[in-house]
Amino acid sequence: MTCTAEDLVRALRAVAAAVADHRAELTELDRVIGDADHGENLRRGFLAVVTKVDSADLDTPTAVLKAVGTTLISTVGGASGPLYGTAFLRAANAVTEKSEVDGPAAAEALRAALGGVVARGRAEIGDKTMVDALSPAVDAAVAAAEAGGDVAAVLAAAAEAADRGAESTTPLVARKGRASYLGERSAGHLDPGARSTALILRALASSAGAR
Amino acid sequence: MKKIINDPSTVVAEALRGLAAAHGDLLRVHEDPAYVARADAPRRGKVALVSGGGSGHEPLHGGFVGLGMLDAACPGAVFTSPTPDQVQAAVEAVHGDAGVLLVVKNYTGDVLNFETAAELASAEGIDVRTVVIDDDVAVKDSTYTAGRRGVGGTVLLEKIVGAAAERGDDLDACEALARRVVANVRSLGMALTACTVPHVGEPTFTLAEDEMEIGIGIHGEPGRARVPLEPADGIVRRLVEGVVEDLPFVEGDRVLLFTNSMGGTPLVELYLAHGVAERLLAERGIRVERRLVGPYVTSLEMQGMSLTLLRLDDELTELWDAPVRTPALRWGV
Repeated sequence: MTCTAEDLVRALRAVAAAVADHRAELTELDRVIGDADHGENLRRGFLAVVTKVDSADLDTPTAVLKAVGTTLISTVGGASGPLYGTAFLRAANAVTEKSEVDGPAAAEALRAALGGVVARGRAEIGDKTMVDALSPAVDAAVAAAEAGGDVAAVLAAAAEAADRGAESTTPLVARKGRASYLGERSAGHLDPGARSTALILRALASSAGAR
Repeated sequence: MKKIINDPSTVVAEALRGLAAAHGDLLRVHEDPAYVARADAPRRGKVALVSGGGSGHEPLHGGFVGLGMLDAACPGAVFTSPTPDQVQAAVEAVHGDAGVLLVVKNYTGDVLNFETAAELASAEGIDVRTVVIDDDVAVKDSTYTAGRRGVGGTVLLEKIVGAAAERGDDLDACEALARRVVANVRSLGMALTACTVPHVGEPTFTLAEDEMEIGIGIHGEPGRARVPLEPADGIVRRLVEGVVEDLPFVEGDRVLLFTNSMGGTPLVELYLAHGVAERLLAERGIRVERRLVGPYVTSLEMQGMSLTLLRLDDELTELWDAPVRTPALRWGV
């Protein structure tokens, strides 16, 4: 099974719905160690994404992903806007000239997304950021693709690893972003960026698995 | 939550409309993407000074747009940095072919969004430089944090560099001056209460009646330490010590003292605190030569204050005294 532009648009609607459903949870996580805007910012951004991909005639996965990236950059604000936006733009670059994304291409897109996030945010594993969810997700996705998994299997593996990665941020002391101002006081709380990354990957995986 | 608003999602847009109505002689507001620009911009041959940041800190930054200060300000959602397309649109609207200096407070989101905007504007052939202000001594500056935050010192930087741009300094000179201000300014803040972000509806943290938070930021984020409430003398002493010992400011230094309200602290308390700060600085032999007292970098309705000290020299003093005409600061014209 592969993923066309149309499938991707459907998956993005699922992401927007998931982000909206979890707006209060993300905001609460961010209220504790940040500034309480993550849920609202992402909700606004993915709502704009859905409007954008519905209104534009986007017939390739790369065109859809590029529209997502630019829309997130121009609507989210905060650190998550440029970070998620860059992630989607890099993913778009990784699947150029493909009309359908298969398992290996999905893993490659995720790897490119991680590269973009690291380049912009300069965060490493263990800094208590979205990298702690995305990095293990990429490893799992690559392994699943190498084992012959299709898009649904690759994304399911990524989502599973991202969930565990997000949970692993709880005991960490933040070294990047606004939570780092709290120092030791940031330990004991789930990182909102890692949580939203896991949420997005889970929604993408569920959408792919439902087909 | 009790606030004079209609809908949490339209607070910033409606406030901008009010700002434009109140100060149409000084500035104009562009709605989408949102930015506030000086009414007479672009000024040909003048370096354009552009800043911005999350809303909720008013009058920062939109209230400082006008003669002798900012050419444009980009307001984000409450406590959220503006997006790159806002900054890019503002830069393109106000640049006068002498380059643009972006003044960015050091927060991860602000730095990332302005960095992206600077790349976009540079690609259009505009000479864009960026100065990041990080004057908050509450944050340990190390590889283990996002670095110090930009707070009260931002106002002083925007005023002083704005005056230099107004008198015709070129982009190199404005950039160097801005870095000089950053190197000589330090701040520390405290809170008695938290604040409530409109779309959240609840305070971002809670403080008991007998507690205060030292080293708060300006986004309702908690600070460095929670301690028992003290009288004004004790509070101001903590702030003065934190700021003075960081740079450090020493006996004989000439300074500008900026006593700032976080929004909810009334002027009667702020003047009281300012008087204490003047006394404590005099005891240390630090000479206060210029002052600014009032709510200029706020955190919504938070009760609390911050102290900012800027080490002055003749040129910085002259630029501080130079004419300014903005909604929030006006003198000499």
